[in-house]
Amino acid sequence: MITAERKPLDEIITMISPFKKLLIVGCGSCVAECASGGEKEVGLLGSALRMDARLTTREMETREVTLERQCVYEFIDQLTGLIDQYDAVLSLGCGAGVQAVAEVFPQTPILPALNTLFLGQTKEAGLWLENCRGCGDCRLHLFADICPITRCAKQLFNGPCGGSQGGHCEVHPDVPCAWHLVITGLEAQGRLDLLEAVYPPADWSKKQGVGFRKIVREDQQ
Amino acid sequence: MKSESQLKKVLSAGHFAVTAECGPPKGADAAAVINKGRMLKGAVDSINVTDNQTGVVRLCSLAACALLKQEGLDPVLQMVTRDRNRIALQSDILGASALGIRNILCLSGDHQSFGNQPQSMGVFDLDSIQLIQTVHQMREDSQILGGDALSQSPDLFIGAAANPFADPFFYRVIRMAKKVRAGAEFIQTQCIYNLERFKEWMIQVRDRGLHEQVYILGGLTPLKSAKMAEYMRSQVAGMDIPEELVIRMKGVPAKEQRREGLKICVETIQALQEIEGVKGVHLMAIEWEEAVPEIVKEAGLLPRPN
Repeated sequence: MITAERKPLDEIITMISPFKKLLIVGCGSCVAECASGGEKEVGLLGSALRMDARLTTREMETREVTLERQCVYEFIDQLTGLIDQYDAVLSLGCGAGVQAVAEVFPQTPILPALNTLFLGQTKEAGLWLENCRGCGDCRLHLFADICPITRCAKQLFNGPCGGSQGGHCEVHPDVPCAWHLVITGLEAQGRLDLLEAVYPPADWSKKQGVGFRKIVREDQQ
Repeated sequence: MKSESQLKKVLSAGHFAVTAECGPPKGADAAAVINKGRMLKGAVDSINVTDNQTGVVRLCSLAACALLKQEGLDPVLQMVTRDRNRIALQSDILGASALGIRNILCLSGDHQSFGNQPQSMGVFDLDSIQLIQTVHQMREDSQILGGDALSQSPDLFIGAAANPFADPFFYRVIRMAKKVRAGAEFIQTQCIYNLERFKEWMIQVRDRGLHEQVYILGGLTPLKSAKMAEYMRSQVAGMDIPEELVIRMKGVPAKEQRREGLKICVETIQALQEIEGVKGVHLMAIEWEEAVPEIVKEAGLLPRPN
């Protein structure tokens, strides 16, 4: 999933200050799973903003709505007719959600309430871990399903570096060395032969952040 | 100017090689490099110049190597993949060869978070093994990555690092084998203090026949004090200093500890000479380069071959 964290309240208050009528829009997908932008968080943020407005005697009107997905047109369309009644939208979607809503309603400022962080997993209650960089060239099967790009501090394809000691990363001693996990994983699977291969340089042109990537599939059109 | 690698010459003639490390200054100070070079002249075969080691900004390795070359020394260009992408790396490889530099040591580099630019972006476009492969391809096939032809191949003797003391132990020799397969011709190891573990590693190296495919130079850093030994033992990742060594250093008065450190270093060199497959030593006397000629002399390794 895409993970995100809510911005500090002060930053959000500064961001919304030019606007009186605010539509607060949550997203029921990834950011609900990571407890930053779902219906519950929309409610909590709405209360906090109204409380602040009262305390600072600012005039403010809010309405809360949570879409199932903020990044898909069919769901965004539910805001049609509603959004015009507000000065701005405070979105608790990820960066993709904010931009998707903004594209549909270009007349209305869409304000991001979250900082979008990474692709990750819910490890346990209250703990999310980054484990994918969206490199566009997945080779997890060669590395015992441990991503060297995301989880090795030097993104080594032929690791580990000389700093791996006692199974820990020298850069982040509280984190296991990714290559230690790769090696122990391959050992458990009886596939140590994979360690002997020299992996060639990666093709970073497919990677997240390199450009404006898109997926086109005619079978889905 | 016709130029050849003195290191390659010494090793291929079957001599026990001696290399030393020289850290460039934290400033645009050519004299500092030249002085270190002069201090080491005659005592070693080749001089490694570190590439912004520990992520601290220093005068660049390429320029320092060129300065040493002008002094008639044989520099080993250390090149890390932390700071430059494959365009810059390949460009510097060509530039190094054009300047008459004939040795390169391919490294991934210490992580930027350890240095004085912790907010910098770690590039790591290639890793050290891929860099070895790249230099090898440029030299042997006269091609850069992607296949474009070079008008002239770089002439570089290719080196790599190996750390027999990192974990997991059984993997360390596999990693070195990969480096050899990628094209490494000489290896300079992490500092050896734990001779027993180094010997065990060398058994694994010989079992794979690697000692006949690559020249292995044992890395050594003389201890300056008991304090340094303790610090390196507890604080530096990838460093393996046995407790008895710390006890030995502590056992002599503070002002004689440097002497003791040199003595340990000389004893280790002599022990390494006895190990089958060790073809030389690499002395990393950090900010203590003046100790090198004395160590080499006491180890009976003077004069160096022409």
